[in-house]
Amino acid sequence: MKIVIMGCGRVGSRLAGLLDIEGHSVTILDTDAYSFRRLPAEFGGTALVGDGMDDETLKKAGIEEADAFIALTQGDNRNVMAAQIARNIFKVPRVLCRIYDPLRRELFNSLGIESFSPTTIFAQMLKEKLEAGEEAK
Amino acid sequence: MYIIVIGGGKVGYYLARALLDEGHEILVVEKDQARTQFIIDKLGSVCIRGDGCEVTTLTEAGTGRADMFVAVTGEDEDNLVACQVAKHKFNVPRTVARINNPKNEAIFKELGIDVAVSSTNIILENIAEEVPTHPLTHLLDIRDKGLEVVELKIPPDAKTVGKEIRELSLPPESRLFLIISKQEKPHVPTASTVIQAEDQIIAITTPESEEALRTALRGS
Repeated sequence: MKIVIMGCGRVGSRLAGLLDIEGHSVTILDTDAYSFRRLPAEFGGTALVGDGMDDETLKKAGIEEADAFIALTQGDNRNVMAAQIARNIFKVPRVLCRIYDPLRRELFNSLGIESFSPTTIFAQMLKEKLEAGEEAK
Repeated sequence: MYIIVIGGGKVGYYLARALLDEGHEILVVEKDQARTQFIIDKLGSVCIRGDGCEVTTLTEAGTGRADMFVAVTGEDEDNLVACQVAKHKFNVPRTVARINNPKNEAIFKELGIDVAVSSTNIILENIAEEVPTHPLTHLLDIRDKGLEVVELKIPPDAKTVGKEIRELSLPPESRLFLIISKQEKPHVPTASTVIQAEDQIIAITTPESEEALRTALRGS
């Protein structure tokens, strides 16, 4: 698969590494070249400096041939906007998006943006861990 | 009308002030505490502090009964998302977004924003109208028909000066419908009208034949 990732933070860089090892063609975007230090040394994909909300940058990243686009910057709104550009304008078949704000995630999920809130997922996981610990006592 | 304005920067503040003067009910949503206080001091209690993209803030702002929702922060993505939340979560009938990057105008329309205002484009258009040597000025877009109304000025050294309109090879999609010349009254051109230096020509064309029209009229 050809995958474009926007945002080379901890999650973005890690995901890029995992997909690259499995043989996918990965292009990762970030506005700050310094972020690419997080990529594993053996990363074989493309790291591109640019803004994922800009159509020219997306074209350079190969969005027109991409099978998937994943928006993983720190900004919920940036992710939402880039995800919609990928889906509505470039018709990328699979678009995933991180939205920290649970209510905003709910809304954009209902508008057809497949999105995930680390806030909800992590809080739920911690709660379950805690409760499992209580039961074990 | 009840109008909610997202972003209390310079644009948001003066917009709110003007709309209040026109007698509308206004609420400004601003992230920064000091800025919120400034607006309250100047305009009265028409400003709340909060994130204009958050459902809780917008619920508190009474977005459900808003007639219009205007997002004018300095960040395009924030304006887009605020308008989308207002539209889809609160069913606000009309949403207006400010655009900083002119490229986003088409994208915002595609993503369902009713009106996208690009201040950069508006200033550019004004500059184009003010600069006399600018070859072609857009006066009006007829978007659903894919046509535009443009103005061209004939420079004194144009090769077409002294020629009749029938001698020019105008693109088929273009029509000239008014000539404003220095000496005469504005007139509707015919095939035998002679092009004169410094004529202002108003024409209708398609964006694709714009360049061909310009070349035909200026002879270069």
